[in-house]
This record gives sequence, C-alpha cells and structure tokens, in this order.
Amino acid sequence: MAELFGIRDAYGETLVQLAGENRDIVALDADLSGSTMSKLFAQKFPERFFNMGIAEQDMVATAAGLSLAGKIAFASTFAVFAAGRAWEQIRQAVAYPQTNVKIVASHGGISVGEDGASHQMTEDIAIMRALPNMRVLVPADALEMRAIIKFAAREQGPFYIRSSRMKFPLVYQREPDFRLGKADVLREGDAVAIFATGAMVFESLQAAEALSHKGISCSVINISSLKPLAEETIIACASKVKKVVTVEEHSIIGGLGSAIAEVLSEHCPRPLQRLGVRDKFCSSGTSQSLFEHCGLTATAIVQSLS
Amino acid sequence: MLLAAEELQLLSERARLLRVGILQMLHASKSGHTGGSLSAIDIICALYFAVMRHNPQEPRWQFRDRFVLSKGHAAPALYATLAECGYFSRSSLATLRQLGSSLQGHPNSRLTPGVDATSGSLGQGLSVANGIALGLRLDENPAHTFVLLGDGELQEGQVWEAAMSAAHFQIGKVTAIVDNNGLQIDGFTKDIMNVEPLVDKWSAFGWDVEVIDGHNLTEVVAALSAKKSAAQFWGKPTAIIAKTIKGKGVSLFENKAKYHGVVPNDEELKIALKELGAE
Ligand SMILES: Cc1ncc(C[n+]2csc(CCOP(=O)(O)OP(=O)(O)O)c2C)c(N)n1
Repeated sequence: MAELFGIRDAYGETLVQLAGENRDIVALDADLSGSTMSKLFAQKFPERFFNMGIAEQDMVATAAGLSLAGKIAFASTFAVFAAGRAWEQIRQAVAYPQTNVKIVASHGGISVGEDGASHQMTEDIAIMRALPNMRVLVPADALEMRAIIKFAAREQGPFYIRSSRMKFPLVYQREPDFRLGKADVLREGDAVAIFATGAMVFESLQAAEALSHKGISCSVINISSLKPLAEETIIACASKVKKVVTVEEHSIIGGLGSAIAEVLSEHCPRPLQRLGVRDKFCSSGTSQSLFEHCGLTATAIVQSLS
Repeated sequence: MLLAAEELQLLSERARLLRVGILQMLHASKSGHTGGSLSAIDIICALYFAVMRHNPQEPRWQFRDRFVLSKGHAAPALYATLAECGYFSRSSLATLRQLGSSLQGHPNSRLTPGVDATSGSLGQGLSVANGIALGLRLDENPAHTFVLLGDGELQEGQVWEAAMSAAHFQIGKVTAIVDNNGLQIDGFTKDIMNVEPLVDKWSAFGWDVEVIDGHNLTEVVAALSAKKSAAQFWGKPTAIIAKTIKGKGVSLFENKAKYHGVVPNDEELKIALKELGAE
C-alpha cells in the first residue's frame, strides 16, 4: 500500500505558510473548520479568521466584501454546501465581479462515504465550470494541492478548488509546478488515452500499468485544471490514440467527461468512454466500497478497457 | 451634523435635480426601476453630498467611505448621484442599459467609476458590506461602510445571516439603511410577506436601531453623520429604518406598486417634470 497524504491537511498547512508571508490573506469557514482544515489558519491567525457559522451564503458574500477591501479571501466548507447552497452568491459576488475569493471546497465527490448522498457532491465541477471567470481546479495529490493553493493566492480573481475528505497516495515525487490550463502527461501510451482528475489519477495510473501487461498501451493525463482546460495537450494526446477514457469522482454530466467531450468533438473526435457517477445519487458506505460500486477503481478501469 | 439653512436648500435642490435626472434616464432607456429609485434618492443624495468622505477624482481612494446599494435595482438613483458628483459625465446617463454601456441595469463595480460593489440579486449586499468593513478594520482604515436595503429585500434569509454576523463580529462601522417604502413588486410588503416589526427584529439581532423620515434631508443627514462619527471599529452596528414613499416626488407614481419597474412614457415624463419644476 502506498503511503497516503491528506489533501485537506495540505490546504491548511499551505494556507498557514502563505499567511505568514502575506498579511492580506484571510480565511472564512462555515462551522467545518476542523474538517476543511482551515482550523490550522484559525489557530495561528485568529484575528484574520472568520467563522461565519452555518451560513454559507453569508460566508461567500462576506468573502467577496473582504476582497473589495483588498484582502485575499479563502472560504471553505464542504463542496456540497459551498458550490450548492452558495452557488448564486458565488455567481453574483465572486464570478461576475471577479472578486479575489478562493472557494476551497472539501469533501468533493463520493469518497465522502458514510454520510451518504446528502453530503456527496458530484455536480460541483459542472456548476462551477459553467460560471464565467471561474477557474476550477482539482488536485491529484497533496503535493499538487500545495502548488494549487500557492498559485491561487498569487493569482488575482475567483477560484473553485476541490479538496477531498480522503487521503490520496502521491502521484508526484515533489511539488509540481502549477499553471492554469495545465495537463500533465504522466504516462505515455498509443492505444488509449485516459484523462483523469483528483483521486482517479492514481487509480488510472495503476490501471494503465495493469493494462500494459495485457498489451494495451495507455497514456494517463492528469487534468487538474478543469477550467481553463489544456485544450492543445488534450487534442495532442487524443490524436495519438484510438480511444479516449475519462475518469472522475463526479457525475458524468458536466464534469471532466463532458469537458473532454466538448473539446474532442470539436477538434479531434474519438470514441469516448466516460467513467464516473452515472446520473444518480449514491449511498452511504466506505469510500472504497463506493468507488467499487461506481466502477471507479483501477480494477474497474481495467475491466472496462479489456 | 445639523444642516444650516443654505446647506439644506442646496441639498434639496440637488435631490430635486437628481429626481429629474433619474426620470430622464429611465425615459431614455425605456426600462428600469422608477419607484424604488425615487424612494431612495434622498438617502443616496444625502450620503454622497453631506455624509460620506469620497473623492470623484480618485474613485478607488482607499480611505473613502463605502456604499453598497444592496437594492441594486435602484441603480438609476446611484448613477445620477455619481454623475452629479463628477465620477463620470452626465451625458453618459442616457446610455443606461444599452449594449456596451458602463451603466448596467444593475450596479457593476468593475464597469462604473464610483460603484463600490456589484449588486442586483437581492439579499446579498449586507454580507458584502460586512466583508468590506471587516477588511477595513483589519487595516485600521477608519472608512465607514453604508448599505441600502429594500424592505421587501429583508424577506431574503441571507440578510438575517448577515445581520447576525455584523453583531457577532461587532462591526461598529457598518450602517444598514432600510428603504422602508412598504411596497415590493407584487404589492404591499405587509400583504406579500410581512417583515414587521422591523425595529424589534433588528434590535433582537443585536443592532442599534433608529427610525427616521427618509425624505427629510435634515433628519437623514443628522442620523447618518451622527452614526458615522460615533462609530468605533468594535461596537454595535446600526440599522436606520428610513420611512419612505415609493415613487416619492411625483404624485403619479407615489405609493403605487405598478411603478416599481415601469418607466415614465412621454406623457408621464412631461407631467412628472412639471411637478418637479423642470419643464
Ligand atoms: C434574489 C432576487 N429575487 C428577485 C428579484 C427581483 N426583484 C427586483 S426588485 C424586487 C422587489 C424589491 O422590493 P424592495 O426590496 O421592497 O425594493 P423597493 O420597493 O424599494 O424597490 C424584486 C422581487 C431580485 N432582483 N433578486
């Protein structure tokens, strides 16, 4: 078993580090600071931390106000409440006026697990991607999360960054560079291109390894920048192969699968298989059992390609 | 601050001219919100000409007092005032709501000089104002933040989340003004969804509350400037319930739900301008 590293811990630790260097960084949470790990910031910089209580709409619009007063505002809560409950506040107070607000949404996807469908956000990428000016990022591991948080703090304007309850194995050996519209080709192959995001990047790499023993050569591309998309890299990777697969811990409607389909159908049509949550609410269970249930494991990816 | 007789006269004259400007703007754009602009204009006029510290030559001046028009549909009132202050030319008012205009149907802080916050979706402005005031407090910037809400707007739950926050964080330098004209789109606020008792509600949420006549400029200036000068970084936020009349200044439009989002036609404009002494 590979060693696991928390995406949320990476967020909290990086934010503390950045805030030590920049007094304009502030953080907000909605009574989930112990889960999102913004509590690390709260402990270190209590005067710059605002726990808004269970009031996500107020949190997002207050973050926008802080930005209008020159602050860099990181607002965090569970993805379902950040993107869901406060979607219109994100639209009106963040995306439209391009305020300097970074929504860091923990507990994205089905790996939330036992809490069940009420807490498993599988539509956030779709509804965040649809917002003009919004940059939508999903790290593949804790090291990439660090790079993403640093990038978002530097770069003016709105971000939606999806974090995860789950700890991930490392995909990168050291902290990767991050830039908008980035896609890392982690493995080259000439039969199938697997585009993956978040926790599914590691699963896809494992699947590609297993498939190579069956004589199926797969490339694996980490799409951590869901918006903007690395269109050129995506087209280049797809043009080399006969088949494309997308893998995401998200609905197949509106997420990575849709994003890749949009690019390829315009520029480089290929048979496309979208692996993800198939337009349904999942149920309670362990993360692992849910991944198995939804066909989102290395084994399931191998099966769907064999 | 009490206005001297000449100051009051000057301010009343300004408010009259701004009403004229609002009606002409709305007539030219053929779309926009008449009633709520006229009920708010005395308050906005008082803020920009007698209460707030601001500098039209430097719209982003960091020590300026901030104004959030949470009831963003009253944008014509804000635009007329900003033009009168010199943030942009009066002639651009005629471009209201046209494609490519810097004067959008609802305020856009990125497009219009002098607009401090984007608004239009009701219920969000108090949160934004709180955030601004918290940011200013972190920088020990003494600027005050004013926010104007509609009374119908108070039906939005987020307003009360924000009311809780301002009291909880003791944001002393936020003043919320309620344009209490008693009307919204579909009729009287008390019939659609009663928001009263307002004084009790705001008090219960931990605010100081004061009720004023929102068309009596002496009262408006006195109340707002007193709140501003007494405000500390840490303290109770203040809500000013301004009793107003929707459509105020033009009898044809006064206290009628119909003129919420209906602009004057040629005939109505004529009658209105005559009443305002601006034929
Ligand atoms: C969230 C939201 N819902 C609905 C509207 C449509 N709308 C515009 S103005 C208005 C009525 C506002 O009433 P009130 O706050 O009392 O303002 P006033 O009467 O002063 O114009 C409504 C429902 C909106 N702008 N935002």
